[in-house]
Amino acid sequence: MSIEINHLTFAYTQGGKKLEPTLNDLTFTIEEGHFLGIIGHTGSGKSTFIKHLNGLLPCEKGTVKVDGLDLSEKSERKKVRALVGVVFQYPEYQLFAETVAEDVAFGPKNMKLDEEEINARVTEAMHLVGLDPDRFSSRSPFDLSGGERRRAAIAGVLSMRPKYLVLDEPMAGLDPLGRREILALLEKLRAESGCTIIMISHSMDDIANHATQVLVLEKGAVCMYDTPENVFSHAEELQSIGLSVPNVTQICIELNKRGVAIPSSICKEDAFIEWFREEKAHA
Amino acid sequence: MRDITLGQFVAGNSVIHRLDPRTKIGMMILYIAMTFLVKKIWFLSIPFAYLIIELILSGISLRYILNSLKPVRFLLILMFILNLFFTKGEDVWLDLGFWKLTGEAFLQSCFLTLRIILLVAGASMLTLTTSPIALTDGLEKLLSPLKVFHFPAHELAMMMTIALRFVPTLMDESDKIRNAQMSRGADFESGNIFKRGKSMIPILIPLFVSSFRKADELAIAMESRCYHGGEGRTRMHQLKFRLIDLYAILITLAFLAAMIVTLILL
Repeated sequence: MSIEINHLTFAYTQGGKKLEPTLNDLTFTIEEGHFLGIIGHTGSGKSTFIKHLNGLLPCEKGTVKVDGLDLSEKSERKKVRALVGVVFQYPEYQLFAETVAEDVAFGPKNMKLDEEEINARVTEAMHLVGLDPDRFSSRSPFDLSGGERRRAAIAGVLSMRPKYLVLDEPMAGLDPLGRREILALLEKLRAESGCTIIMISHSMDDIANHATQVLVLEKGAVCMYDTPENVFSHAEELQSIGLSVPNVTQICIELNKRGVAIPSSICKEDAFIEWFREEKAHA
Repeated sequence: MRDITLGQFVAGNSVIHRLDPRTKIGMMILYIAMTFLVKKIWFLSIPFAYLIIELILSGISLRYILNSLKPVRFLLILMFILNLFFTKGEDVWLDLGFWKLTGEAFLQSCFLTLRIILLVAGASMLTLTTSPIALTDGLEKLLSPLKVFHFPAHELAMMMTIALRFVPTLMDESDKIRNAQMSRGADFESGNIFKRGKSMIPILIPLFVSSFRKADELAIAMESRCYHGGEGRTRMHQLKFRLIDLYAILITLAFLAAMIVTLILL
């Protein structure tokens, strides 16, 4: 099972006129079980792309198929929305219900599940994001702190038990602890329920350390789609389109310049530490 | 939702565009007075001629004027039909027993409908050639003499400016929230009117919350730049009454005078 994107092209209209295409002939497949990191300069079409993954924007040219369900069919969009959960930028601004539990239950309710199942899912989702249901269920979402609010909003998507979880800069505006908590949550989800994660981020370090695949978008087209090691070994190319490499890779490049033989494909912190230990053992 | 343009201002650099907004507001008031003074259908040609001259000078395409008439089209049709029924007359064109179509009724219907069309078209000439900001600036200046009676002219204009400024922002915001709730399976398209109304709650509440937040943030931003109301405040765009404004007013007055003369003579 996978998400298949085939020749997807999309252009916004303004004043009745088509603008330059925001997405230009995208073709690739997102395999189940991966952690896909999407990077690209502002305006490269990242956010527009994820709106196509659950049919919020119509497929004008090309197709998007989620587990074989074609998103150009209106009747299949609702089914897909239960499969693909989307967490938009600053999701805390979409909270609306009187209590956290009610807000988290909004998705499952729309799926027309029975009461018992809804309650089970709400408790599960709140546990997942680290909001103790006993303490938070009956509180107003507007009384929570910023980080708690963000987690409550993410719980509102997780309660639908999506098979594919799409997140648009989920860590924006959070402090380092908040960032680590969200990343740990994503890793846990992937390990425990096999949920496929698709995350947009501007942090090359987060992408390098967590993603199994990286998609680089440039002017609405696929620039690279490969493992983080392969993508981040193209440092100059990334820099030329306004991106950068993770800190670890930057260190490797600098070390290389100073005559240290270190493979330039290292981009994960763990891999770097391992290399260092080995070098030390050799010496 | 994205295609709604605010007001209907069409940017341009024509004589009409460059007039002081106060002049244009004054011209519109005189134009409305002129249109209301008309008693016979044939004299509608005077405000009509005025409108055509303004239209040509402004370089605005006729399409925009026709678009501005769209929202009132049902009112126009209704007025036309009602007047056909309720105007009494002698010159019978068609007799259906219970109702007679008379020449007078037809003329009266045409007259009232054309008058409304001219009024709406004239008013939209103002908003088509004046940016919302210039319009509120002009209104503030025009209303400022009322400050003597503690009329909050500056506050009113500032409120209008801020409200206009935030329409696109809120539109964008509601789009975002709508997308987020639709991703959670919300359905805004099916069900009866009550169900649909209720389905708007998940959009409206976040929208209200964010409006209050934005208002707070804006207040802080304004205060941190020493905003303290209208007193002693200077402006970036000074309104200047120039010779051309005088001509515009004089020409409009001439049309109004012509109208009054026709009234007296006939």
